[in-house]
Amino acid sequence: MKAFIGKFRNQYDNDVTVWSPQGRLHQVEYAMEAVKQGSATVGIKSKTHAVIVALKRASSELAAHQKKIIPIDTHIAISISGLTADARVLSRFMRTECLNERFSHNRPLSLNELMWRVGAKMQSATQGYDKRPYGVGLLLAGYDEDGPHIYQTCPSANFYDCKAMAIGARSQSSRTYLERHLDEFVDASRDEIIRHCLRALRDTLPNDIELTSKNCSMAVVGKCDPLKLYDDDAIAPFLEGLDQEERRGGGGRADTAATSAEAAEGAPGSATQPEETQGERMDTD
Amino acid sequence: MNISRQLVNPMLWSGGPVPGEFYEFPRICRKTESDPLKHTLYPSTSGTSVVGFTYKDGVMIAADTKGSYGSLSRFMDIDRLFKATDQAVLACGGDIADYQFIKDVIEQKVRDDECAGSMKVLDAGSLHCWLTRVLYNRRTRFDPLWLDCVVAGFKAGKPFLGFVNKIGMAYEADEIASGFGVHFSLPMIRDARDKKSELTKEEARKLMRECMKILYYRDCKAHHKYQIADITAEGVKIDVCDFKKETNWDVAFYGN
Repeated sequence: MKAFIGKFRNQYDNDVTVWSPQGRLHQVEYAMEAVKQGSATVGIKSKTHAVIVALKRASSELAAHQKKIIPIDTHIAISISGLTADARVLSRFMRTECLNERFSHNRPLSLNELMWRVGAKMQSATQGYDKRPYGVGLLLAGYDEDGPHIYQTCPSANFYDCKAMAIGARSQSSRTYLERHLDEFVDASRDEIIRHCLRALRDTLPNDIELTSKNCSMAVVGKCDPLKLYDDDAIAPFLEGLDQEERRGGGGRADTAATSAEAAEGAPGSATQPEETQGERMDTD
Repeated sequence: MNISRQLVNPMLWSGGPVPGEFYEFPRICRKTESDPLKHTLYPSTSGTSVVGFTYKDGVMIAADTKGSYGSLSRFMDIDRLFKATDQAVLACGGDIADYQFIKDVIEQKVRDDECAGSMKVLDAGSLHCWLTRVLYNRRTRFDPLWLDCVVAGFKAGKPFLGFVNKIGMAYEADEIASGFGVHFSLPMIRDARDKKSELTKEEARKLMRECMKILYYRDCKAHHKYQIADITAEGVKIDVCDFKKETNWDVAFYGN
């Protein structure tokens, strides 16, 4: 990607631990790009609930859609964007941490605590010459004694406590939707927050594609409402009437909005190549 | 080796290494494999009963302050009860050294939680579960912590009282006692509950004093000074009480 811009090779991207003279760690930034190649996923929380929805891709007509949402415990689920193999490593780590907390203290692990541990694990991968950053971004939805949470993690090992967030391919149009409706989320009901999530996710799609029970999955968790996953037939009722609604972001325009916004963030590579071709080269979902 | 020993003239080479062996430096204390592993086989300085029960507003738990060395009354002012967090108190019977060890571990654990920025404080239910794991693990290594632990406090907003012993046997109940308290205090608490199901704070304090007094009369290793912890939704309050002046030993001289 960035390594061959023009005819000059980037001298400072061979090793994660080597700084460029501009003060950047190129390998970490490349890992951040892997997140943008995975299909989009959206998370929103209200006062009582946290919801994540994800767009599933099938690698070919013959293959099933790749799983995007992984349950961690009865109060936490994650959705992934980027390298699925790395996501499985992280999800297994999170499951182990949750089980250990239940074994040793007989209580669910708090989201804050889990995030610190995952953050520390991911950071250590950015600071060793024999390591590489995790090439996956996660959205965590969870409910603990502090209420509902949406957390976002990056390969750079940053993590953010969010009201709402979208990551993955063309997710800028989702974030535009989320910013526009941010005030409505806090007091929204379970069904309303789900609807917002699905509308935001639909805004990442091109005009000729709709959300279906095949390409869409969802996880909901909330107060007195243990984690529930919705796939295939289970999600169909939530999608009803969605295709009748007018698109807010506008599919075609959203694509250009996404690339320009990502270029403005200073992310290398995103503006130089179309995302679809990148997606085919790597094992990202 | 015998042959090599014979070859060396002891006069010329006294104290020197035998060929094929290493020089034996003086005062080296080499641990041989035949040394036994030393585990706790019995407690040394020990505390006696712990008594705890729930009442209307929370939980009350008490332990006297004596440390016995066998049947010798060795220490008169020892802590056997401490506040771990605002929602959890631990009181122990059994080996005092093991109690002080586990107390240090728990206090460090609570500090670690605070420093990690954890929102959640260790509540009584979690502490009880954790102690169960630790004590069972130690007994599995044949090196038990010689303790009868009673954890009192709150779990998810409700009063909690739990017991764990040195082999990891654990249960929760509304009234718990260890040692002689099982025989003397539990029947008293149950009697009081039969008469009135929900005890007030004053009634609970009075009952606890009566329990400790009976134990003092009957149990040689009990003491008239005791710590009492009162755990309510507002937090933990620990007092030290003494009923020495209330005791009456006339009956001891009966027939003399």
